[in-house]
Amino acid sequence: MASIAHTGTLPRAAEFRTCPDTGLKVDLAAEKLIRWNAVVAVVFLAIGGFFGLLVALTRWPAVHLLPAEWFYLALTAHGADVLLFWIIFFEIAILYFASAILLSCRLATPRLAWLGFWLMLAGALLANVAVLQGESSVMFTSYVPMQAAPHFYLGLILFAVGTLVAVAVFFGTLVIAKDEGTYEGSVPLVTFGAIAAAIIAVFTITSGAIILIPTFLWSVGLISHIDPVIYKVVWWGMGHSSQQINVCAHVAVWYAIAAMVLGAKPLSEKVSRFAFLMYILFLQIAAAHHLLVEPGISSEWKIFNTSYALYLAVLGSLIHGLSVPGAIEAAQRRRGYTKGVFEWLRKAPWGNPAFAGMFLSLVMFGFIGGISGVVLGSEQINLIMHNTMYVPGHFHGTVVAGTTLAFMAITYLVVPLVFRREIMFKKLAQWQPYVFGLGVAGISLFMMGAGTLGVSRRHWDITFSDAPVAFDYPGTAFLMMGLNGVFGVLAALGGLMYVVVVVGSVFFGERRTEEKARAEPLLPQGGAEAVASYGSEGTLKLPGTITLVTIFFVAFVLYYFVNWKFLSEVWPLS
Amino acid sequence: MAIHPPEKRIWWNEPLEKSEVTWITIAFIWGLVMFFTMVFWHFTGEQNLSNEAYRIHPETFAERTEAMVDQYTVREEGETGLPVVHPPPGSDVYMLARLWEWWPILELEEGKNYRLHLSSMDWQHGFSLQPENINIQVHPGYELVLTLTPEGIGEYGVVCNEYCGIGHHQMVGKIHVVAAK
Repeated sequence: MASIAHTGTLPRAAEFRTCPDTGLKVDLAAEKLIRWNAVVAVVFLAIGGFFGLLVALTRWPAVHLLPAEWFYLALTAHGADVLLFWIIFFEIAILYFASAILLSCRLATPRLAWLGFWLMLAGALLANVAVLQGESSVMFTSYVPMQAAPHFYLGLILFAVGTLVAVAVFFGTLVIAKDEGTYEGSVPLVTFGAIAAAIIAVFTITSGAIILIPTFLWSVGLISHIDPVIYKVVWWGMGHSSQQINVCAHVAVWYAIAAMVLGAKPLSEKVSRFAFLMYILFLQIAAAHHLLVEPGISSEWKIFNTSYALYLAVLGSLIHGLSVPGAIEAAQRRRGYTKGVFEWLRKAPWGNPAFAGMFLSLVMFGFIGGISGVVLGSEQINLIMHNTMYVPGHFHGTVVAGTTLAFMAITYLVVPLVFRREIMFKKLAQWQPYVFGLGVAGISLFMMGAGTLGVSRRHWDITFSDAPVAFDYPGTAFLMMGLNGVFGVLAALGGLMYVVVVVGSVFFGERRTEEKARAEPLLPQGGAEAVASYGSEGTLKLPGTITLVTIFFVAFVLYYFVNWKFLSEVWPLS
Repeated sequence: MAIHPPEKRIWWNEPLEKSEVTWITIAFIWGLVMFFTMVFWHFTGEQNLSNEAYRIHPETFAERTEAMVDQYTVREEGETGLPVVHPPPGSDVYMLARLWEWWPILELEEGKNYRLHLSSMDWQHGFSLQPENINIQVHPGYELVLTLTPEGIGEYGVVCNEYCGIGHHQMVGKIHVVAAK
């Protein structure tokens, strides 16, 4: 270790405890920040989820709950609260966990981290106030020239600045850990994934600043005009790239849960890290996904960007799609579940909500969110899907079934390990990922179904009862929207179960003392050793994972070409 | 484990598992296939969005649309008396989007080509032709010109599928497709 001549203030004397479950040194300041970020995240999930339920009940034709102005208000609030505030607060908690805790290091400048936290919270509250006042029902995307109240943009800017501060604290912590030699060799894979997320976050937040600051100035009258196409190009540099932060974060969470619950080890560090690297290099250009049917942008630009160069970021996801279940299968086989192709999967800990949520997230992200995303993002196919219900169908498959479910799953480990409380209502917790997962699968699939029948997204009345000329969507489309409503209620129920379990456990749960942790260990004892030494060529047989991946690939190819067939049947245009 | 540093410091030299190499190869090739499918469709497919677009003042676009309406209106339709326009096949036809209507109604002949011009007078709108399910974004200040060939006689709805404020759900237009003369 190189000796460093310190100038200026001395490093903070951090207080640590030793985690009885993992043996990691835990910086108490980092732990407190993780707790607060996670708690605030769950509060925004509850608020945003409630608005989501109102949206689902309004779009259920037989219920049609809210009047038009309230519907658009609720939809704006739903997008901002869950897509931005819930997910990013939770991601900041993950960043602090993956740096300070996993590297057994003190957190860099906790004071700055708190500044970031309060900026984010102030921004999120300000944006919510603006939306609830009713003058900012511009949707989460706030496309110009439609204008929101200035404090709506200001709220988002404050939130972004706070996030940037938190990301800086994360990078600072990595530097300290390296400097003080708190770990040996390379950072853990989960930390590597978090680094990928943080790098993308810097790009994302910069894009957001570049477009939201002028838009704010425009809303107070200091700038006269913002070009609507340029706005979309830059805004989606934030809007879509931020989804790639989510992908990195939830893939890191998959690896973390597989490791913590089953002692699973990556099949190959090289391959998994390479896949994260593909995310860093290529995911950002996905702003194009939102610009495929816009005027004034060339097809060459669209094809190159929408495909992440040559689908190289999709390649990253496909790699994780094999290496995550592969790691689980390998770990299970090492423990003796070697019968047949699928004993390892049948005998997996399905009663553990952390594992169940993680595996459902993995499967649904791939089959629903992933495949539909690639199809939707094909330049020409986008013509038959743009701005239909297919779009929210797709991203509820990625962001809700993928990211949100993965984050919920890891909460069942975070509460005992970081909050040091026992999970309350164990039965409710066991069922939670299944109820929520089924609800979200339903929402995604039925929204996609409605979209292929042409139903518009962000639309209050698909009967067009007030329109000057009549038009009717097919009856099946109404059925799809009704089913979407039913499954929306189910997902809301799953979300409520999560909030009840988490809030109950965090505030009223039994304290998890060191004695208790030793008596009832949360993580598998000896699991890590059991799988500690493979990865070299030829030692591994993973028939179950190969079968799953084959089924996935066949579904992907078939669904992809079916949609080209659908496209070929509409009016020729050029 | 994934939450610990790699146990071998030189992890990047570990040999790869064969199944992983095979999957990476297949996935990479599949990416190439999907990439070139989009390129290929530009040469062989019949549904490609035009790259022809211009910056335009909303007033200019409105004037051109009004000129077409003045020349080719055949009747009126709907509660608000929307003009129905039957322009000659092969000609330039205009549909403008504004809060909250598509104007005017077009009557096109089946199997004929038209140069359709789309632009918005105010905010962004979404041209969503139903039940064909062709969806194109419409911006103020930009004029998109595409060549369209209607197929199938009947009435088609033009829904707005970009949120455009409180009257968004009232914004429905129409295209009639009639037999070629």
